[in-house]
Amino acid sequence: MPDTKKDIISQLRKDILLWEGFKPPATAGADTFGLGPLESAFPNDIFPTGTIHEMICPTPEQAAATGGFMSGLLASLMNHESACLWIGTTRKLFPPALMAFDVEPDRVIFVDLQREKDVLWAMEEALKCEGLAAVVAEVREISFMQSRRLQLAVENSKVTGFILRNDPRKLGTNTCVARWQISSLPSELEDGLPGVGFPRWQVELLRVRNGNPGCWRLEWMDGHFVPVDEKTNIHELQKRQAG
Amino acid sequence: MQKRFVSIWFRHLTTDWLTLRRPELKLMPFVFAAPIRGRMLITAANLLAEQQGIGVGMAAADAKAIVPSLEVVDDIPGKAAKLLEALGEWCIRYTPLVAVDLPNGLILDVSGCAHLWGGERAYLGAIIKILRSKGYDARGAMADTVGTAWAIARFGKVKPIIEPGGQTEALLPLPPAALRLEPLILERLQKLGLYTISNFIGLGRSALRRRFGEDFLLRLNQALGNEDEPLQLIQPVEPYQERLPCLEPIRTVPAIEIAIKKLLESLCFRLHGEGKGIRTAILEYYRIDGEIGSVSIGTNRASYHAGHLFKLFELNIAKIEPALGIELFVLKAPKVDDVEPGQEAIWSPEGCGLEDAGLAELLDRLANKVGADCIRRYLPQERYWPERSIKLAHSLQEKKTTAWRMDRPRPSLLLAQPERIEVTAPVPDYPPILFRYKNVVHYIKKADGPERIEQEWWIETGEHRDYYYVEDEAGQRYWLFRSGHYDVESSKWFIHGFFA
Repeated sequence: MPDTKKDIISQLRKDILLWEGFKPPATAGADTFGLGPLESAFPNDIFPTGTIHEMICPTPEQAAATGGFMSGLLASLMNHESACLWIGTTRKLFPPALMAFDVEPDRVIFVDLQREKDVLWAMEEALKCEGLAAVVAEVREISFMQSRRLQLAVENSKVTGFILRNDPRKLGTNTCVARWQISSLPSELEDGLPGVGFPRWQVELLRVRNGNPGCWRLEWMDGHFVPVDEKTNIHELQKRQAG
Repeated sequence: MQKRFVSIWFRHLTTDWLTLRRPELKLMPFVFAAPIRGRMLITAANLLAEQQGIGVGMAAADAKAIVPSLEVVDDIPGKAAKLLEALGEWCIRYTPLVAVDLPNGLILDVSGCAHLWGGERAYLGAIIKILRSKGYDARGAMADTVGTAWAIARFGKVKPIIEPGGQTEALLPLPPAALRLEPLILERLQKLGLYTISNFIGLGRSALRRRFGEDFLLRLNQALGNEDEPLQLIQPVEPYQERLPCLEPIRTVPAIEIAIKKLLESLCFRLHGEGKGIRTAILEYYRIDGEIGSVSIGTNRASYHAGHLFKLFELNIAKIEPALGIELFVLKAPKVDDVEPGQEAIWSPEGCGLEDAGLAELLDRLANKVGADCIRRYLPQERYWPERSIKLAHSLQEKKTTAWRMDRPRPSLLLAQPERIEVTAPVPDYPPILFRYKNVVHYIKKADGPERIEQEWWIETGEHRDYYYVEDEAGQRYWLFRSGHYDVESSKWFIHGFFA
């Protein structure tokens, strides 16, 4: 009896997800973003595309880390052939840096606007454009209603949107599927070599709709995300074996 | 494009026409005469009459005395203009740009047409041969300017085709009359002994202006190609323009929208047929209080898609001030381009590239709302200096000429202006031990560098920069540089970016 009950509940959960618009994975184990254990935080264990993500970056250091992490996601979304729009008011992103994350900077179109109101308008317009790989907007504040408008836009076009909240004053509720916070971690080189290693981040999911928030450590290496814990484990194993 | 003009001179235009109508006149001398100041003066003479010494401007009675068998026909006013117009329309088969050159010539703008007949010689030969076979005694010449072609057609003795740029040389041996000057000026030149253009072409322009007037210089410059000469074309190219008069003055937004839609539909229908698209369009509205206002749009790609163009105008409707009402809308397209016909997609690719029409339309909408200079795209430039390592792309289609460099670390965020920091750097050419930025002290744990980037001295003078890629104890990564060589007291350190 308890088994059947469990089955019923899990089936119900799946149905609810489906009704809420989360598609079940097309192919089992499709792991295009390579986020590793992080993807288990999301419903169906898959990074949701065609929706809006919110990223919190109060300091310029965090903004840089977020920029890097998101460039890695953009690389998978753009897949070397489609275009992406980056909208902001005080953009500091240095286009050549995108190349390090496998994004061709000439495929990114930057829209530099004066007013925050225009940013949201431009983002909504851009999200309606089918076939754009992704739209990134740097905004300070976003209200529930504004985020809802954006969500309605992406539901038709299936474009993925990212909202970079530089210097946020208050974190209210909104319709974004996930709220991220990314900060830098000290990099490590093998065998304690001098110099700076691959970029390494602490990726926090503060809020996930229908998922499990949590905290992960990731590294960007040779065009892929690499979960850090696994790697250190391997190192430790090797050390132990060597010892 | 290199302009080329053909001037055709009909030596006996009206008499040739009459010969065609009355073939019996072919073998007898005849003239046209018109009453001028109470006398019958000859206005045109055929070849046979001219050979016997009868010229234009003679009294008909005098001519009759010289050649008793001379036939005098009453002149038909305006006949020459009508004939030229008809001949000009016939010449449209050679070029769409034909102008009548009264009293006895045609001007053809043949830029880019001659190769269709296998070269300029064959082209000019074909025109003249057909005109002559019809019975018109025509002479033609081709040159870079209308003035030179005109002169060579009438006075040239060497060759009818003046190669590009050779107009000055070709004009030198010709008489001043070849410059289409007033008879008074010609007489004055004659009196001064200036019998050919080479006599006076080297004289100072101010002296020429003082003696012969502004008109003389204009003609000279037009012949040499220093001044443009507008042509009155027989079939002017119809401008891309639509008008919509309103029965009642219009004041409301829905009415304006309907007006714009109507105008766009008819204009786009025409553009679609011609394979053209709008790059810029101006909507002018005439208010009943006499004011004229306008709003304009621009597109990234030529478009004849009325729905898209309407969306662009829709963003600007708020700028239209109808006041008491608008009685007339005029939609003009001053800049049109060829539209590349799109291939219907057999399968739609995942996502769209930069060539996608949807993206171009999106950018048009953004550009028309917030200004085109807000939309930027960057291409790499072969320069080391970080601020100058990228350049703005002029269009969506522009391709990069050099690859993006990946061999050196570049920060995710770059400060527009490097900011001063205080550092402790005791060892020369080593990264600092700590630095203070915005009142926070960062202890540097790991570092890479230095990467020395020299100032581009041919643009700007200044010190070189030694860049360090550093990581502090919290794992935050920065791009620092020292301006110039190491010095314990006076080294200047800056922060220039943040790494991911």
